[in-house]
Order: sequence, then C-alpha cells, then structure tokens
Amino acid sequence: MKREKFDIITDSCIPLPLENIDTDQIVPARFLKATTREGFGENLFRDWRFDKDGNRIESFVMNNPAYSGRILVAGKNFGCGSSREHAAWAIADYGFRVVVSSFFADIHKNNELNNFVLPVVVSEEFLSELFESIDKDPKCQVTVNLPQQTITNNATGKSEHFEINGYKKHCLMHALDDIDFLLSNKDKIEEYEQNKQK
Amino acid sequence: MNTLFDKIWDAHVVQKVEDGPTQLYIDRLYCHEVTSPQAFDELRSRGISCLRPERIYCMPDHNIPTMGQEKPIEEPVSRKQVETLVKNAEEFGLSLFGMKHPKNGIIHVVGPELGLTLPGMTIVCGDSHTSTHGAMGAVAFGIGTSEVGMVMASQCILQQKPKAMRISVEGTLGKGVTAKDVALYIMSQMTTSGATGYFVEYAGSAIRSMSMESRLTLCNLSIEMGARGGMVAPDEITFEYIKGREYAPKGEEWDKAVAYWRTLYSGDDAVFDKEFTFRAEDIEPRITYGTNPGMGIGITETVPSIDSVDEAGRASYEKSLEYMDFESGKSLIGKPIDYVFVGSCTNGRIEDFRAFAAIVKGRRKADNVTAWIVPGSWSVQRQIVAEGIDKVLQEAGFELRQPGCSACLAMNEDKVPSGKYCVSTSNRNFEGRQGPGARTILASPYVAAAAAVTGKITDPREFL
Repeated sequence: MKREKFDIITDSCIPLPLENIDTDQIVPARFLKATTREGFGENLFRDWRFDKDGNRIESFVMNNPAYSGRILVAGKNFGCGSSREHAAWAIADYGFRVVVSSFFADIHKNNELNNFVLPVVVSEEFLSELFESIDKDPKCQVTVNLPQQTITNNATGKSEHFEINGYKKHCLMHALDDIDFLLSNKDKIEEYEQNKQK
Repeated sequence: MNTLFDKIWDAHVVQKVEDGPTQLYIDRLYCHEVTSPQAFDELRSRGISCLRPERIYCMPDHNIPTMGQEKPIEEPVSRKQVETLVKNAEEFGLSLFGMKHPKNGIIHVVGPELGLTLPGMTIVCGDSHTSTHGAMGAVAFGIGTSEVGMVMASQCILQQKPKAMRISVEGTLGKGVTAKDVALYIMSQMTTSGATGYFVEYAGSAIRSMSMESRLTLCNLSIEMGARGGMVAPDEITFEYIKGREYAPKGEEWDKAVAYWRTLYSGDDAVFDKEFTFRAEDIEPRITYGTNPGMGIGITETVPSIDSVDEAGRASYEKSLEYMDFESGKSLIGKPIDYVFVGSCTNGRIEDFRAFAAIVKGRRKADNVTAWIVPGSWSVQRQIVAEGIDKVLQEAGFELRQPGCSACLAMNEDKVPSGKYCVSTSNRNFEGRQGPGARTILASPYVAAAAAVTGKITDPREFL
C-alpha cells in the first residue's frame, strides 16, 4: 500500500451529487476477485463510467475533461452497503486523497482512513454550496488542511472545521497504520488474555 | 450505559487509546476468500504470523458455483481466489472448511449452526453481514481488509465505540409476515442511513417470540440501515438452539456458559442514545421498489410519490425508479417477474426453505420464471433432503442447487441478466448487485414463492 503523509491539499474536485452511493457502485462485485490491492482504480464507478461493451459513458462526470482533481465530493451517506475495502482501494488507486460528504457509512469511512484517504464530513449547507461552486466553475479549488482540521471552499471563502480523532490524525500525518500500533502493544493483549482466564 | 451491548463491549476492552479509538479484543474472526487475501499478504510482508490462529475460521462462499462443486471451479479468477484462501489457511495454520467440505457454506449461516458463534462473544469478518451473528447475543460487526489484517496480527481491532440504539417491536406478527418483512419495514422507517453510528438491540414481544433463525435474518439486515451491528439478548430460545451443536460448550462448561449468558441483557436502568418502538400489527408482507433496501413498501401499497422525498434526495430517487422502470403512485402487484432467488446469509436457513415449500407444494413454477433455490450451507442442504423438501421442490418444477452466496451478489455464474426482474430473498437491491443491469426486488421466502408460482408479484397471504 502507498503510504503518503497527509498535510495540506489544495485541488479541484469531482462532484457526484447523489445520495446513498453504495460500495457496489464504487466497485461492482465482479471486480472483487483480485488477490492483490493494486489496479482497482480502473474499475472505480465502473458501471457508471463504461457501458456493457466497455465504451465510455460521456455524460458521466468522471469522463468529462472539464472535471479533475484529487478531491471527490459526494452526496449524503457515501459508501453505504458492503464492507469491501476494494472500494477504498479503488478511490485511492484512482488518485483521490480526500472524499467530502455530509455523511459517511461507518465501515467505508474506516476503510478510507486505513488507506490514507481522508473522509471529510461537512454540513449539508457547506456541501450544497460546494456543489453549486463546482457547477459554476469546474476548476474551483478546495483546500483541506489536516493539521488545522479545516476545509475551505476557495470560490466562496467559506471554511468549516471537521472532526477526526487525534490518534487517526497522527497516523495520517505520519503515514503510520494500526498494525504498527497494535504490534507495539502486545504486552497489553497478553495481559488481557491472562486476566480473562482468571 | 448498562445495555447488553455495553456489557459485552466493555468486557473486551484491552485499552482506550488516548484521544482515539478503543483497542477491542476479538473472540472470533471469520474469513472468506474475497476480503482476506490482501490481509494475509500484509502479514507476510511484515514477516509475522496470526497471533491466535485457533480463533480464526476460514471458508470460501462468495465465488462458489451452485452446480457442479464436484469439479474444480471453471472460472479461473474465482478458482484462484478460492485456492488462495486454501493456501493461506494452510500456511497460517487456520481451520478451513473448503468447497464441498461437509461444514462449508455461507460463513454467516455456518458460524451459528456449528456453535462457533456464541453469546457474549466479539466477532468480526470482512463482510458487512457479520451483523447476523448478533442474533445470538454477540457483538458482531463487519470490517475492512486492513482491519482483518489487524485482527490476524493482534487478535484486536481499533474501533470507536458506537452509540447504542434500541428498536422494539411489540405485538403479534400477522399471517405471512416474517422477520424479513419486519427488517424491511424497520429499514423503510429508519432509511438506509438511519442507524449509522449505532449498534442496535432488537427487543419487544414480537422479537422475543421469534425463532433463532428469524432473529438471524433480522440482525443480518441491520447493516442495511447503516447500523454497525444488531443484537438480541440471549434467552431460552438461544440456549435451546445452541445446545448440542458441534463447537458449543459441553457438560460442566455448558452450565457455566449458560449461567454467564443469562447475565447478558439490558438492565432496567440501561440508557440508550436512541429508542424506537414499532407495532407488529402495522407490518404486512413487504417488497422493495428502489435501489437501496430502505426503499420498500407493504405489498398492497403503492410506490411513493417524488413529493415525499426531500430535495437533496430527488436526483437519487429518480435515478432509482428509472433503473427499476417503476412509476411512482403505482402498485406493483401483478407486475411480471423473470427470476426468483431463494438463499443467501439473509434467508438461506432451513426455516426459509420450509416457508418457500409451504407455498409451492402442490403448485407449479410459472413458465416465465427462472428459479435459483440455494441452501445457505451443506448442513441446510442435508436438512432439506431429510425433511423431503427437495421432493416438494422437484414436483413443483424447482431444482435444488448447491450452497453458496450465489445470486445475492453474483460473483459466481448465477447472474440476473440486464433489465430482468428478480424477486430475491437476499439483502441488497443496489444497481447491478445481481448482475449488471439486473433489477432486484427484495422480499421474504413467502413472497418469493408466491411470485415463483404465479410469475408475477403476488400477495403470499392468498396461499396461506
């Protein structure tokens, strides 16, 4: 897995103003058969990007050259459904570093964090204004500042604070993962098991 | 505080990480072939083994063909994924119930039926329907593959403690109304994200009187309203179900276990972050009309009008109805269908096949319907044969297939063609879930049976 330290990102966005985008849409089940983590970007939103003969569906936003950037902006309840981490691998492999929504499904949110993609939860107002800004100017930029925990719509100047726990923030900023942490805590695990046996 | 969920969660806390998640000890990790290979790779790349291999059970289920399991899997990519699980289980010294093994089946059917899933346990699997196991009074939830790797390496997981929700269903369920209908009803009330961030305890007289298998169906669908998991306090029905199962405690150990399990309930002073109560009498057999499981109606109701949807959700709603080719304001009764699928971790247990057989017995499969009748495990398959249900099916023109996840997510050959309608006892009606372009209508085994014999959407109460 690519581990890139996270700090401040300013970039344009790809908008998906739909609610309840499930992980079956992010990566359909027939692409889950790989035994490695690589190459899932090709199949990100596969059935929205390509028709059944493999031709690009020109009307879909990701096929529109006007839109680009490392920030995906999606409607409420992004990533619901299956726990497949392949969805997060596809998002990361395609090149996204941030996903912005007003609400994320729990498992998918964890999966993004574990792949060094930052899920940023914003208010409904911020989200709908951001969709409007992108609609007016597809090149409109957003700045995500992890150290400060702020997201700014540079078209309007509006800024919001976002939540992330201190532990996960530290992991993202230093490119550390949870296994590193757990392996350094083996004594506590053994202590728990011994107490349980008593 | 002092909820059933708190009691089990708190008993498994190894430590609370400062300004971070909880390090939770995991009693049981289940692995299937789709979400585990990259986790095993992670361990290999670090040169480490599984910390507690005896707590891990592996079985392939997603890619398994439902015909011809005697032969190797034809599709090379599916075969490789299944073979990879076999190799990994051997290399890391884990228990494996491979394809055709008498204990093989869908992981969420097999765990409870073998007594591997027990009350008071913490259970995880790289699969969102791990919520199923909560029906036995366990804290069980789906996780991603990085987290699977975490548990393999440390038998622990880092998680934020979810909030607690109680959903009570009071009263008596009507004729032809099953746990599936209860779940679809609750989801339509809660929406597909209404329980996100929560762990749900199901309570109330309608739940208490449900069989163990019905509770498994109900808890299975908790994730479809966003909940991390669902659970039911263990009781006599639970103990009766577990007693004598292969991996269940025996003798003195059994008495000790039951004594502990009896302490697992939410106290009178339990505080939930949210509570909802529904009336069993308000629930009729249900179907879905849209592309998420929360988009459901009673079978006699009409597809909701767009005016009932808030503005931010309208684009998704219209996309949904367009995909399904359904019109708002219309009833779906009488709508011709093409496929019927009975099975999955939601409705792949013996009770479900009994229900399906009760309606198709003495009737004939409609000519326009292709039906896939797929047991959730070999154990369920053997029970179907022992009870003569296979004969009933055969006489009605149905063929019993071999166990696996099958058309629930169409990773094997069981794919619904584009544009075709499938009445399915599975758990998700997402776009393309049962094959690219497939249109899924979620329902109970009764509704599936009524559709299978009439060739159209039919109220099953006509046959009961």
